[in-house]
This record gives sequence, structure tokens and C-alpha cells, in this order.
Amino acid sequence: MGERGRKEDIVSILVNKNTRVVVQGITGKEGSFHATQCKAYGTKVVAGVTPGKAGQEVEGIPVFNTVADAVKKTEADTSLIFVPPPSCADAILEAADAGIKLVICITEGIPVNDMVKVKRALRGRDVRLIGPNCPGVITVDEAKIGIMPGFIHKKGVVGVVSRSGTLTYEAVHQLSTLGLGETTCVGIGGDPVNGTGFVDVLPLFEKDPETQAIVMIGEIGGDAEEKAAEFIKKHVKKPVVSFIAGITAPPGRRMGHAGAIISGGKGTATEKMKALESAGVTVVKNPAEIGNAVKKALGR
Amino acid sequence: MNVHEFQAKSLFAQFGVPVPRGKEITSPEAATAWANELNTPVFVVKAQIHAGGRGKAGGVKITKDKNAVAGFAKELLGKTLVTHQTGPKGRTVHRLLMEEGANIAKELYLSILVDRDTGWPTFIASTEGGMEIEEVAAHTPEKIIKEAIDPAVGFQGHNGRNVAFALGLQNIEPAVINPFVKMLENLYRLFMEKHAALVEINPLIITKEKTLIALDGKVSFDDNGLFKHEDVQKMRDLNEEEPLEIEATANNLNYVKLDGNIGCMVNGAGLAMATMDVIKLAGSEPANFLDVGGGATKETVAAGFRILLKDPNVKGIFINIFGGIVRCERIAHGVIEAAKEVKINVPLVVRLQGTNAEEGRKLLAESGLKLEVANDLWEAAQKIVRLTGKAA
Repeated sequence: MGERGRKEDIVSILVNKNTRVVVQGITGKEGSFHATQCKAYGTKVVAGVTPGKAGQEVEGIPVFNTVADAVKKTEADTSLIFVPPPSCADAILEAADAGIKLVICITEGIPVNDMVKVKRALRGRDVRLIGPNCPGVITVDEAKIGIMPGFIHKKGVVGVVSRSGTLTYEAVHQLSTLGLGETTCVGIGGDPVNGTGFVDVLPLFEKDPETQAIVMIGEIGGDAEEKAAEFIKKHVKKPVVSFIAGITAPPGRRMGHAGAIISGGKGTATEKMKALESAGVTVVKNPAEIGNAVKKALGR
Repeated sequence: MNVHEFQAKSLFAQFGVPVPRGKEITSPEAATAWANELNTPVFVVKAQIHAGGRGKAGGVKITKDKNAVAGFAKELLGKTLVTHQTGPKGRTVHRLLMEEGANIAKELYLSILVDRDTGWPTFIASTEGGMEIEEVAAHTPEKIIKEAIDPAVGFQGHNGRNVAFALGLQNIEPAVINPFVKMLENLYRLFMEKHAALVEINPLIITKEKTLIALDGKVSFDDNGLFKHEDVQKMRDLNEEEPLEIEATANNLNYVKLDGNIGCMVNGAGLAMATMDVIKLAGSEPANFLDVGGGATKETVAAGFRILLKDPNVKGIFINIFGGIVRCERIAHGVIEAAKEVKINVPLVVRLQGTNAEEGRKLLAESGLKLEVANDLWEAAQKIVRLTGKAA
């Protein structure tokens, strides 16, 4: 299905100009707005899905009743989901059942115990879930599959992976302003149970010949950053710059994201920074210094 | 969302998990009436607040004299309890749980939550009941037993037996093994069906009569799952929440009150946390976490201002918006409109970046409002810290 990875000149990670996107929840306010924005960026948005609305069009994008229909008619290989939380777990599984290989879920507010079941159901299957509660994925100048503002990105050499949305834009803005630019930016989302972690994205950047440095943006809660530190120590040769949000966050209070909570004394920013530093990562304490730290790490 | 012990125990009872006979009490008269009905050798009166450490703070009374319960109720109701989890201000007791005492032979620890590493619901158990589980994990990790439940098939008998035998129940009291396995199955059902984030029983006791009883109970719920459960929503106790946080929730804002004096208003949770961090780096402390979300409008900005200004600690406000979907000129209009409605008598620094940032900055500069505009995050943080220092 699709042409992703077939052409040898394509070296980006996860998505590229040949990625064929179906937008689930396309007739909703968010879905129609962002489908249009993605298309305007140059993304091949080939289909939309809203049950019961087959035959309609959104900005020239044909709408289908089911993801299976959309895949059959348009060869969509990637799904972008805006379906509201109560039916979102279902939407993710529908995409997987229809043969979609990459599911990018933007929806915020899916119950954790629903995601527990979804993650289990996807295990061992040939499908990758990014998110939920994430800004999506962009490969600069090729495909924007998400809600990030396209114009802040400049084609360049830095891969970005992050648990946060607007904080990622902040980092991207710095990279673009300094003339470093980005290859692909992946938002893995702020929920405690998600589809793709730092350790899944880091090896893709490590292998990607266009990516020369990696920016990893973490936050308090869980141990994804500690796991990433272990992985980086063993497997990543490229320079990594990291910022961990929430050093001022008190324990036991959820800081917006469902996953951003220090519980039982675990998941503090300080612990994460220490783990990353011991793995050779450049950890910046000031989020305004992310770009400069990358510049320095690249010897520019 | 957290609930009280008496509410947790009512859920336990509903799911077949044994609890002491007990009742929520809000007056000394009701305490006496319930004592007469309860007819038990030992009465336990427990203050109900959303914090642990109540026993040490004097919030739990035990008596054999049923005539004493009214006095205890009178003493506890309205009292402010300060525990290691309430902070120095403490919490006022508005309700009590009064229940029958139990003959404790052995105390255990039991809880279930989602292990973020595996994404599977996982039981945590220990023979060290009645202790802080974090302490047990830190000092004697070998005494922590973990059993992950495959969400595809749900709880299986062997999951329960694995925990029972690892705890050594065969040596402690073999008669409770089967009831223990059944209890875990019921707790798993409660956890999944009610979208709980944590179900904890500490202590879970084995009585001298060879039965199991959840002597204490704590349940917290996943806020994202609340929409499915009206019964759980009704358990919300606004007395236990920060008034400003209640107001924020009503306005679709994500707000957490902190102890510093720079109020911040930001779009996005990660950037909001980073903004707090950068305030600290610049030499001050954030007064709050406030995420106005992706759909920030004039109304949400105005509500945000009102909430920030109601906090008497706030000596300055820092607005940090990275426009993506949110357009900066709209935020600027929001700030200008809100400033007309809400009297802003503290220094204000606005940093706009991203979509239509220049237009937004221009609007603010021409508005005649007393505020500082900044382009860069670090520059903005330093500005507000400097201005607040002067104001103080």
C-alpha cells in the first residue's frame, strides 16, 4: 500500500511527500480546518472519514463512511485522527483493521484505560500509533500531518521528538531562526499511555542520513526520558540536546497533560536530566537555549 | 479526581470487596444514632479529607464507649487537620466516616494502577501493610510484589494466585487465599469499569476471624474518563479543591495554584511548564500553572486574568503565547479587551511568537495599555522578574 519507502531518494522518517493521508473525523470543526491546512502545506490528503457522510467533500477531499472504504478507493496508508474522545479508541482500531500502517492521533482526553486496551490490541501488528494528545508529525517541505503551524519550520538538519505541542514549536522556532532547520518533527504526546515513545523515534533519527542532531523535549512524569537515556547511551552517536519541562512543578499535581505528574517521588525533572546527562546528552535548563545548544553541538 | 475514603469504600462494597460496616457522618447527633445502630464493641471515627496521614494528625479516634462518639464528632467536625500531604495550611474536616472496629491479625498493602512502562494495569502488593508504600519501595524493594494484568483477556485466577503466594498467604493464613484472589478480580473490575487511575487499600487486613477487610481505601479517577460515570462525578467534593482551580475548570482553563508571585498565562501544557521553569531561572517563582489551551479566545484570556488577579500573591503577570492554530492578533485583542474589563494593577509582560505575532505585538504597542511586549522567551522572563522586583 502506498509508495512510502519505495523510492531511494526518500530518506525522511515516518512520513514524506508520497504519504497518503486519510483524515478521520474530517467533517468536524477541527478535522476540516486541519485537513485543509495539511493539504495546503503539500500533504497528499486523499480521503476523509465520517460515518454516514460518504459522498460529501471537504475542500475537494472525498469523504467515506469507513476507513476500509477510504483505503480501498484511495490507497491511503496513513491516518490522521480528530475523532472526539468517547469514540476515539474505536477510531484508532478501525484504522488498524483497515490496513493503515501509521496512525497519528491528535485527540486529547482519551481515557487512559481505553488506551490500555488499544495499545494491547495493536501489539504485534504491523501498525504504528503516534499520540494520542499530540501535535502530529511533519517532514519539512514534504508532509505536514498534524496541527503544527507549518510556516515556522525550515528544511534543515535537526530531528525533533517531543511530548509537548507548543513547547515543540518554541524549539522549532529557535532552530529555524538560527538557520539550522529541521528534518522531521514528531510529537509523541502528553498522555501516560501512548503508541510511540522516545525510544521508538530515536533510532529512526539515528539512521536517517539527513538528520545530524536530535532535539528531545521531555517533561515530568513516567520514565520515558530515563529509558531514552539508556537507549542513547548504547545506540545513538549523533549529538542529542534535551530540555525537560517541569523542574518547578510540585509533586502530586497534574500539570495539564495527563502524563505530567510526579507520583511517589518518581518522574521528577531533576532525575530525568541527570539520567540524560550521564548518557552524554546536552541538557539545557533554559528552554530559550535549545537552539543555541544544538548549534554548539554541531560545531557551527 | 480524588474521592473520600467513605466513597471509596462504598464503591468497594458495590464491587464485592469487603469493608467494615460504616456510614458518612456530618453531625454529633448522627454519630450517636449510628453508634446505636452499629452495635459493635469498638467504634472508629475517621476525619474525611483528601489527604493521607490523618491518623498521625489526630484525625482518627477509636473508642469502646458509644457515648463518646458524639464528643469525637464534635471535636473533629470543623477542625483543621495538618498532615504531611495537606501542606501547612491544612484541610478543614466537613465529614466523618464512622465504622466498626476490626481485630487485626496482619496488615497488607494492595493497589492497582497502570504501569506506564508496559501500559498494562498492574497490582502492587506487599506484606508491609500500613506503611507508606514509597518508603517500602525505596528501602526494601524486594518486599514489593507486582503482577501485570493482560488487558486483552482481563484478570485471570493465576494473576491472583501469583500475588497470594508471593505474599506468603499460605504461611500467614491459608483460609484467605481464595477470598484474596476473588478480591483482586473485583478490584480489577472496579479499576477498569470505573476508569480509575488508582485503587489502593492500605492496610488490607487479615482479621483474627480469618477474613479479609479493606480497612482503609483510596480511589482516584482518570479525569478523562469521568464523562462516562455520573455516579463518580457526583462524588466530587468542592471543599477539597482550591477555589481558583474550580473557577478555572468552569472556564475550560487548566490551572494549578503554586506559591510564587509571578502569574503566568500560556498556551499548551509543556510550554506552560517551561514558562514556570524560565521564571525560576530568571530569579523568581511562578504563582501558578495556567494553560489556556489551543482554542484561546478573548473570553478565556479575560477569565485567565480574573483568576490570576484573585491570587493575592501575584505581583506581576507574564503572558507567553506561541501562536500556531491560535493567532497572536486574537490573543492581543483578548488582552486589550480583558484589560478594559479587569483592572490590571500589576506589571504585565506579553510575549507573542508564531502565527501573526508581529500584528499582535503592534496592536498591543498601540493600545495605550501599560505593558511590556517581548519577542523572545528569555528576554520576556527577565523583564517580568525585573518589573516585579521593582513593584515589591
